[in-house]
Amino acid sequence: MATFLGINLFGLFGQLLVGLINGSFYALLSLGLAIIFGLLKIINFAQGAMYMLGAFAAWMALNYFGINYWAALILVPLVVGFAGVLVERFLLRPIAGEDHLYSLLLTFGIALVLQGLFTQIYGASGQPYSIPDALKGGTKLPFMYLPDYRAWIIVASVVVCSLTWYMIEKTRLGAYLRAGTENPAMLQAFGINVPLIVTLTFGFGVGLAGFAGVMAAPVYSVSPDMGSNMLIVVFAIVVIGGMGSIGGAILTGLGMGIIEGLTKYFYPEASTTVIFAVMVIVLLLKPAGLFGKEA
Amino acid sequence: MKAIKKTLLCTGIAAAMTVSAAQAAGISDDKVKIGVLADMGGVYADICGEGCVTAVQMAVEDFGGTVLGKPIEIVSADDQNKPDVGSSIVRKWIDNEQVDTVTGLVASSVTGAVAQVLTDAKKIALISTSASHAFTTKACSPYNVQWTYNVVALANGTVKPMVGAGKWRWFFITADYAFGHALESVATEVVNSSGGEVLGAVRAPLGTTDFSSYVLQAQSSGADVIALANAGTDFTNSLKTAAEFGLTQSAEVAGLLVFTSNAQALDPEIAGGMKLTTGFYWDMDEQTREWSKRFKERHGAIPAMGQAGAYSMTMHYLKAVEAAGTDDSDVVIRKMKEMKPDDFFARNATLRNDGRMVHDMYQVRIKRADERQNPDDIFAIENVISGEEAFGPMLAECDFK
Repeated sequence: MATFLGINLFGLFGQLLVGLINGSFYALLSLGLAIIFGLLKIINFAQGAMYMLGAFAAWMALNYFGINYWAALILVPLVVGFAGVLVERFLLRPIAGEDHLYSLLLTFGIALVLQGLFTQIYGASGQPYSIPDALKGGTKLPFMYLPDYRAWIIVASVVVCSLTWYMIEKTRLGAYLRAGTENPAMLQAFGINVPLIVTLTFGFGVGLAGFAGVMAAPVYSVSPDMGSNMLIVVFAIVVIGGMGSIGGAILTGLGMGIIEGLTKYFYPEASTTVIFAVMVIVLLLKPAGLFGKEA
Repeated sequence: MKAIKKTLLCTGIAAAMTVSAAQAAGISDDKVKIGVLADMGGVYADICGEGCVTAVQMAVEDFGGTVLGKPIEIVSADDQNKPDVGSSIVRKWIDNEQVDTVTGLVASSVTGAVAQVLTDAKKIALISTSASHAFTTKACSPYNVQWTYNVVALANGTVKPMVGAGKWRWFFITADYAFGHALESVATEVVNSSGGEVLGAVRAPLGTTDFSSYVLQAQSSGADVIALANAGTDFTNSLKTAAEFGLTQSAEVAGLLVFTSNAQALDPEIAGGMKLTTGFYWDMDEQTREWSKRFKERHGAIPAMGQAGAYSMTMHYLKAVEAAGTDDSDVVIRKMKEMKPDDFFARNATLRNDGRMVHDMYQVRIKRADERQNPDDIFAIENVISGEEAFGPMLAECDFK
């Protein structure tokens, strides 16, 4: 077996690939959060709960309505996104003019209520959800066994992330969105319905969390606390990338996945802390984050 | 009138049992009050939680609602899996609410703190669900009673027969906190003493979502058995990943602590065939089915082993209070250890002087999809392990006579 400086290279490649897979997953999760913060300046603490909702919605769709994974992949983000639209329209809009702290506390409350509700109804242990038949099995690489589903996570994440980035940075709709955050009154004067854009953006960001939830259901435990476990890490990623930077969130997600993967190999006990250590260093050196613009 | 009645009762009992005059007899505060402390909304909510409260309620009702003519009351609280929260609740219960004993008790860290408070107050800790064996070994106390299982029984029940069957080389994926470390070290001893070898271990932080990195490390170790020394969602997540990466095909994966609700949370295709050890299974015989059916009607799910244990130990406590004629802890605990626990849960059972309830344990196999008649049909009992074999000997320094 190939070794370098006493390190098993095959093992290391495996860890790098696994890190990349996790990173693409982080990218997917942090994307929605970055959009909602970057464009709406709302710190959405309910993003983790929406991710959990996505996973549970996929489970419910299968068990109550017989809707399979592929259909859920389309339907669930729409349903979760619609839930987001309702939250924005009826809960967040009334406090839109207030300090950021209000929306932060409100979304945090929503997250606690949702998590409590699902624990009450479905218990804390979680629900089973299988990998779709087409993605069962895997490929034997020279240095590891790559399950097909993990490869699919990379593909789906890259596609969704690049489409979203393109839409916001390069299209006319994206230009409206960005203009709306710079100067809503001016954009309104041009005859654009700004409140509608805000609502739809929030719905889209939340829908992305729902999508990530469906992606996660076959590989992670579908349980009420899955979102809160993930949320803090994802927040750290968004902060490292630069609050509101969409490209930054994607690249940082990938990078952090790899760093975490390496930590799991060399010193697993620190794997849950390493991202926060990076966050502290980045904030000390670049307070706006790696890709953020200085205010 | 009440006072006269109480005096008469006391005299009667004193005469009947020749209890010394100095000893507190009768029921203190005119009631027997049982506190149920458990994780009501966190990761362990399904394995004890509200289900433990229901089980204790059932025990009190089945006992008749009164003992020695005094009412039996229940209070319950959520410890949030935090030792400081748990011990301050129990302190309040003892100081202000006349609680006589505390049961439930899930996370070993909480139980450690609470048992200390109870011992200081000379109250009995009825430990139903905690896994650590410390409460009857290095942290033993005359007031500790541990009922359902412990890490030693899990290791003896699951690890020993696998090493015996030629699975020599082991690798652990361990939850990185007190419980995981205890389970790993006890299991390692069993592997070594049975002639096997531990190739390595990786410590995954509690609440890890993605285990793929650890699974790869386990895979490259070349071990015959990958032992999961974790619990709850850590267990389901790690097993799911192990199956996904083909580890379940190339090696045997052993779950060291699996509750029925965890097994139900897994696809039978993944979990089917896994062998594990449990202190109770609802579908064992007529007696267990009868009780479990009543439990499910009230709670909505089949009982986890700790919930059945909570019923059984509450019942035994109340019987001991009745037989002793008092709720004085020192007298009751002696009575509990004299009387043999015997019900649908406790088979061939004795409560040893160290507080360890020694009873039959069961080696079970998680059923495959085609073997399951219904969603609750999850284990097949393969072997019964005697209590002595499972729990090992008592330490001399914990022999509280």
